[in-house]
Amino acid sequence: MKPSWNPRLWWGFALALAAMVSYPLFFARYAITRDFPWVTLLLLAIAIFLLATGIARAFQRPDAYRGKVAGSILGVLTLLLVGFFLTVIFYMARQIPASHGAPQVGQVAPDFTLPDSKNNLVTLSALVDSSFAPNGSSAPTSGAEKTAATVLIFYRGYW
Amino acid sequence: MIAISVDTPAESQKLRESQGYTFPILSDANRDVIRRWDLVHPHGGEDGSDISRPAEFLIDSSGKVRWVNLTEDLRVRARPEQVLRAFDSANAHGSAGE
Repeated sequence: MKPSWNPRLWWGFALALAAMVSYPLFFARYAITRDFPWVTLLLLAIAIFLLATGIARAFQRPDAYRGKVAGSILGVLTLLLVGFFLTVIFYMARQIPASHGAPQVGQVAPDFTLPDSKNNLVTLSALVDSSFAPNGSSAPTSGAEKTAATVLIFYRGYW
Repeated sequence: MIAISVDTPAESQKLRESQGYTFPILSDANRDVIRRWDLVHPHGGEDGSDISRPAEFLIDSSGKVRWVNLTEDLRVRARPEQVLRAFDSANAHGSAGE
């Protein structure tokens, strides 16, 4: 009997690639699939299961299934890629220096003046006491609309 | 709501336009504020330069910090609900004349 094609190898490999590509492109956009990437991990587990069973039958029943060479190559390649992917999202993403000197709750935020994206200078202390109009210019509003608080977000930049 | 990054004003403006962001993005190109607030991530930028670590603060109208979020994982940032909850609690305290 001529050995038949072993699709599990290729489906497994393709699914592993799809799982890793879809994380940054799609699943990382939503907190529920980003903070703990359960969809991505589930897809990777299925992919590795397909590959492993595909490789197993290529070696155990070489008369029925092809793929000893292709399966070995795809298996090693997948393990390397998945290993790298998991290192990036579970280890490298956590390499942020601790901050001990950042302003804490109850402390007064150190004031600063910085240019906004239109080169207008913005001062924090002036800003927190007035609401910020959507067009980016600060404008004091009536008491009822006055903001109770300002959200200040530090970004990594390099967009 | 305001954002700060090490990007230049021109880069931030491009981002605001492409993403439709209406909040202002301040430029701390010299890393002065990021250093003063102890938020530097040394060599964290794509070209190895110092950048800001992610951080979120809620500051009340007297300039006091009411809530702070210093994540330890780049993938896990403050969620909008978290910020809104902090905002509500700051508001409640504020109107109680605290």
